[in-house]
Amino acid sequence: MTATTQAARDAANTAGRPLLKVEGLCKSFFGVEVLHKVGFSLQAGRVLGLVGENGSGKSTTMNIIGGVHQMDAGQIQFDGAVYRPKGPRDAARQGIAFIHQELNLFRNLSIAENLFITEFPKLVPGLPFIDRSAARKRAAELLAAVDLDLSPTTLVNKLSQGERQLVEIAKALGAKAKVIIFDEPTTSLTTRETDRLFDIINRLRAQGIAIIYISHILADVMRLCDNITVLRDGHVVCSALKSDMTIERMISMMVGRSIDQLFPPRDYAAPKGDPVLDVAGITQRGTVKDISFTLKAGEVLGISGLMGAGRSELARILFGIDPYSSGEIKIGGVAITAPTPSVCMDHGMAFLTEDRRAEGLMMEAAIDTNIALSSLQNYAGGLGGMIDRGRLAGDVQKMSTSVQISAKDIVRTLVKNLSGGNQQKVVIGKWLLRDPKVFILDEPTRGIDVGAKNEVYKIINSLAAGGAGILMISSELEELVGMCDRIMVMAHGEIRATYERGSFDREELLRAAMWDGIRSSSK
Amino acid sequence: MTAADATIASRPRVLPAWKRLLLSEYLVLVLTIFYFVVMWTIVPEIAAADTLLDILSAMMPLLVVAIGQTFVLIVAGIDLSAPSIIAMASVVGASVMTGDAGYANGSGVEILAGIVAFLAVGSVIGVFNGLCTTRFNMPSFIVTLTTMMFFSGAAIWYTTVHTDASSIGNLPRTFIEIGQGRIAGLPFSLGVVLVVAGIAHFILSRTVYGRWLYAVGLNPKAAAVSGVPVRNVIFWAFVISGVCAAISSILYTGRLETGTPVLGQRILLDVVGAAVIGGVSLFGGKGKILWTIFGVLFLTVIDKSLQLMGLPIASVFAIKGSIILAAAIIDATRHRLLVRG
Repeated sequence: MTATTQAARDAANTAGRPLLKVEGLCKSFFGVEVLHKVGFSLQAGRVLGLVGENGSGKSTTMNIIGGVHQMDAGQIQFDGAVYRPKGPRDAARQGIAFIHQELNLFRNLSIAENLFITEFPKLVPGLPFIDRSAARKRAAELLAAVDLDLSPTTLVNKLSQGERQLVEIAKALGAKAKVIIFDEPTTSLTTRETDRLFDIINRLRAQGIAIIYISHILADVMRLCDNITVLRDGHVVCSALKSDMTIERMISMMVGRSIDQLFPPRDYAAPKGDPVLDVAGITQRGTVKDISFTLKAGEVLGISGLMGAGRSELARILFGIDPYSSGEIKIGGVAITAPTPSVCMDHGMAFLTEDRRAEGLMMEAAIDTNIALSSLQNYAGGLGGMIDRGRLAGDVQKMSTSVQISAKDIVRTLVKNLSGGNQQKVVIGKWLLRDPKVFILDEPTRGIDVGAKNEVYKIINSLAAGGAGILMISSELEELVGMCDRIMVMAHGEIRATYERGSFDREELLRAAMWDGIRSSSK
Repeated sequence: MTAADATIASRPRVLPAWKRLLLSEYLVLVLTIFYFVVMWTIVPEIAAADTLLDILSAMMPLLVVAIGQTFVLIVAGIDLSAPSIIAMASVVGASVMTGDAGYANGSGVEILAGIVAFLAVGSVIGVFNGLCTTRFNMPSFIVTLTTMMFFSGAAIWYTTVHTDASSIGNLPRTFIEIGQGRIAGLPFSLGVVLVVAGIAHFILSRTVYGRWLYAVGLNPKAAAVSGVPVRNVIFWAFVISGVCAAISSILYTGRLETGTPVLGQRILLDVVGAAVIGGVSLFGGKGKILWTIFGVLFLTVIDKSLQLMGLPIASVFAIKGSIILAAAIIDATRHRLLVRG
């Protein structure tokens, strides 16, 4: 690695000129300025990390570089010339590849077809006949370049999320990209897939390709990037070398105030109450095995583990969505024989799902409709179950204020127009309206910005302080360590270890999650 | 409500009148009135009291089916079997009541028995549709397409078993009055429809079940996680649609004075079309009884006006198609406007 990297870096340095230089970039939408004189530069063979809260202007900046939007003012120099793409295709042709968060692959087509969708190799130049064997051969080369050991004829819908991402990178390489932009590439990847992605990115860097890496996961940014630029409200707050940067500094610059405590304090020593959830020997073939634990009132119990360890599956079983073959569940001391969501809800359970768009919200409905959904029966009575609309509207409004949803009008604002953080608060508000005794939270802060995370943590703390038991599943170790009284680690459908607050050790937790991997490699 | 009012008052931007009209939920009603006025200048008879009453009575049975269909459309389903329910209920109900060897003839309660038979046919087919859709996770399009085919055939078969004629006549006078009779100059069926529409409106806007219908239509997964009994909600929508079709069959049968197996054959597209023109979404989650009423009114007025002009049936279809298309284009424009805010 070092030789080529050094060569590439030397080349860039001797040229004395960045590959991509953005200066004074301004952009307004509907009269609202979203970018104000944004500027940064990027050298060949370097990785630039771009961080900032949702709405800070990261995506708009990248959309301008990627040719999706046009700038209002400013200048971009790319490869020694003025760069002003007419559209995404023009940007791609000039050597800038944009790998979006939601990957833009055609799932019903093969890998090779996806790689060459814009420009298939032709049998005869100028005639519309595809040279299939050339396409396959070229595709195989590109796949080898990203270490993807798959036949080019494999359909994309057979691939995992991480493999799809590698196909996107291969596509960028096929287009001879000089700059590759990654937008939140690791959110849906497993740890192993993330490691693999980082290896590939390091290899691209060694080949002299410049990378712009956008992420909320600051630890990844620290691990991967050479330079870091922090955006806030459309302004560049800071551009620095990684060595001059810490995660705490990034956070405080992103939010504009020092969040001395991203994780608000709670009285961890406070005595816990009676058990609110007893789980004994829950087993379901292929997903979870012999799961037993007790959650007490006032306790925040975390579940850590890799993707596919069975955490979400367990949550879905506990809430009565998926079946289980044996074991016993007690909510508030009462045995639940045939759990369904409504039975579990009647016993005081609530469940915030991992995927809020697909399972948490009615995106096309207003905020108030969403918040009311799971509590309607508590407001019905009299003839034919008539809803007491006045009382419902009043309570929904109070709830929306108490979880701090920022929208002017909860009756008219559709949920799809809210930011991720506000959407999550709508889901939380929906459940808080039922005053739950057991709250299962599956990835409660996924895809929301630091400020909103902090607010969600505060809500969790106040629930626990109010005597509810919280079961919190998260892929962010920091979050579990910051919030929980106890952390259980799951791997392959089993609970492998449980740690009490005070004995949390990040490495230990990770090791427990990857126990199988370590064991098999030591054999 | 007060929160919403306050926002309107405080909103500085006032839309021009034509935009407000285009975005209003009364748009279809306004279009109908506009169309009516234009037609008035071409065929003045359209405004005669008799014609108006005619339009009103013609609307009633169609409206009841469309109300039932609205429930199914809101949960993102479709009930194609409504016409066959109308036909099947018509012949079964008539066979119970008829003076020609009806099953309940001379029992003294033949009308009551007949009406029960109508409703029973409607609910049984509705239950079947609902069960297939919810228990076997079949698309409602396929389920109701097959029940439509089956019961359209079954209705004809049932008639041939019961009589040599192609329909079952000689129905009790009192029953016919339900479809034809007038009270204070207004069709009796209007009363029936007002009750059905009132109950339907109440269910949709004021009850837990109503809110659940919309939730299931908008996002069935999120609804299930929020404790909504999704299958039951969908099941009952089909039963309601079946019962509404049966009530409509009572009105149609009374109007025609016979139970016919070909009753309602042509109304399927009118039913779905009326609801959609009114603003009910085929993708679920959106619809109101008032919208459906406007849609039915619109279609009925068009039908009557074309009838009055004495056009051949081929031109009637072509013109009706064009007018519905025009309405759909206006509706699409309005959605674009809505998206832009």
